[in-house]
Amino acid sequence: MQSSKHLLTAARAPETISGDRDLAGFARTIRIATARMIHRAKSSHIGSCFSTVDLLAVLYGGILRFDPLRPTWPERDRFILSKGHACAALYAVLAEQGFFPKSWLDTFYQDGSALGGHAMHSVPGVEVSTGSLGHGLSLGCGMALTGKREARPFHVFTLLSDGECDEGSVWEAVLFAGHHQLENLVAIVDYNKIQSLGGVDDVLDLHPFAEKWSACRWAVREIDGHNLQEIECALRQVPFERNRPSCIIARTVKGKGVSFMENELLWHYRSPNDEEFKASIAELSSAS
Amino acid sequence: MVLAEEDKRVCLVTGDLGFGVVEPFAAKFPGQFVNAGVAEQNMTGIAAGMALCGKVVFTYSIANFPTLRCLEQIRNDCCYHNANVKIVSVGGGLAYGALGASHHATEDIAVMRALPEITVVAPGDPIEAEMATRALVARAGPAYLRLGRSGEPLVYSGDVNFQIGKAIRITDGDDVTLIATGTMLHATTQAATQLAREGIAARVLSMHTIKPLDVDAVFEAARGTRAIITVEEHSIIGGLGSAVAEVLAESAGCHVRFKRMGLPSAFTAVGSREFLTKSYSLSVEGIVESAMQVLELASSRA
Repeated sequence: MQSSKHLLTAARAPETISGDRDLAGFARTIRIATARMIHRAKSSHIGSCFSTVDLLAVLYGGILRFDPLRPTWPERDRFILSKGHACAALYAVLAEQGFFPKSWLDTFYQDGSALGGHAMHSVPGVEVSTGSLGHGLSLGCGMALTGKREARPFHVFTLLSDGECDEGSVWEAVLFAGHHQLENLVAIVDYNKIQSLGGVDDVLDLHPFAEKWSACRWAVREIDGHNLQEIECALRQVPFERNRPSCIIARTVKGKGVSFMENELLWHYRSPNDEEFKASIAELSSAS
Repeated sequence: MVLAEEDKRVCLVTGDLGFGVVEPFAAKFPGQFVNAGVAEQNMTGIAAGMALCGKVVFTYSIANFPTLRCLEQIRNDCCYHNANVKIVSVGGGLAYGALGASHHATEDIAVMRALPEITVVAPGDPIEAEMATRALVARAGPAYLRLGRSGEPLVYSGDVNFQIGKAIRITDGDDVTLIATGTMLHATTQAATQLAREGIAARVLSMHTIKPLDVDAVFEAARGTRAIITVEEHSIIGGLGSAVAEVLAESAGCHVRFKRMGLPSAFTAVGSREFLTKSYSLSVEGIVESAMQVLELASSRA
């Protein structure tokens, strides 16, 4: 905890940090809120949300420059959740940071709700709508190119899923960013190794994954996507190399945080029943 | 070029096409130009990203490449975000006739028209094309600008009152209304001249904007003339003819005779634009003939 606190105070945008809360606590809060939303909504993708939570906690806990009172502040860092199906976790983060009332989270996925099952730009703090995979990195390239040409201070962070990297459009954007030396662009891949119908290695093997990015002139770093210090350390050091976009391959665990969900394909789809929900909350609450 | 000079927000993103056209732009405005390579999905995505940072972005390619190839990027990235992206396709219809059906953009209007937020414009001559481009820069939001292959004949000689969503009445008459869009406008005006010689007064409307459609102009045609014929270099499914038919079918009391001229829903043959349009009756003679048939008159040439 001590180290997390220290990291928070060293954040590059101190004005964005709410209180002196620690990152592990922030991540726990997001997981619990996410579980609550998905259980109440009887919706899916809890496993895909949980694998991103620690990445989101670090991003919104001290890396990204934003202002909840001015979500469209022109110099904000852009965060694009390209894997839009993990939006429950993002909504929980944004509510926690004060972009909109936490009570909205109770309406997630409901008839007429502001919060749909994939990221929607109508929600304060959500940069772009996503949901169809393979769109986010291109959008990010357009933003980063504009930022670079105009020497604007913002960075663009895009969080992709590993299964998403099956999409050809991702590689169009990867080529583009490397060619145009978009060093203000960061791609984070949530490499939880499980996609819709099976393991990533079995469905459409991405190996050698890091090499693919570096062959396209990205500076690549592989990290443990649940080690808050490692995540923060990597995110603070972007760009890893001058004139290269940065790729962080975050090794993650689908369903991270709830033992019976971890590494289980089923939890890409399944919504926890009352008993499973209770067990999840108990386990998450007791986590240090 | 003039627009990029006047308005620094204006950017051009090409999908590696436009040989001999984009180079001067790239040389003069390097900061407002991007060649995205042969990658239309990414081209459209980055255009949306740039637009969301305040740019007015033209994407540029030929035939179906900037539309059908990246349809979902247009829908989700451009239209859903109401992004200021103007999609330009050169060679709408059969302009690249000899290149084969892969290069025939014959369903693009139908598909683009179905998307929310988008404005769909097919200018009928170089003057309309220039005015449409200006008008689209001034109008926020996504648009599709469907052009011919360049070198189209002029329809207008003087000033034109061009407004998005307002049809231009080129000739007036009360026998038949010929509603043309895009590259069929010139032949349609010639057909009207020929019909006049036969004693038939044709009203010609340039329906350069297919979405939003000038519904009032359609109603006026239905009330003021005996028949309506739509003429487009596009499949008869989903384009101008369908848009006009939708209006007529849903309005009580419109008993006007109606015919859609366009391409059959089939893969088109190979040949020059002139050869192909003629073989699908999209010619001056074909339009005259259709007008005669609709009015149940025998052509003096028949």
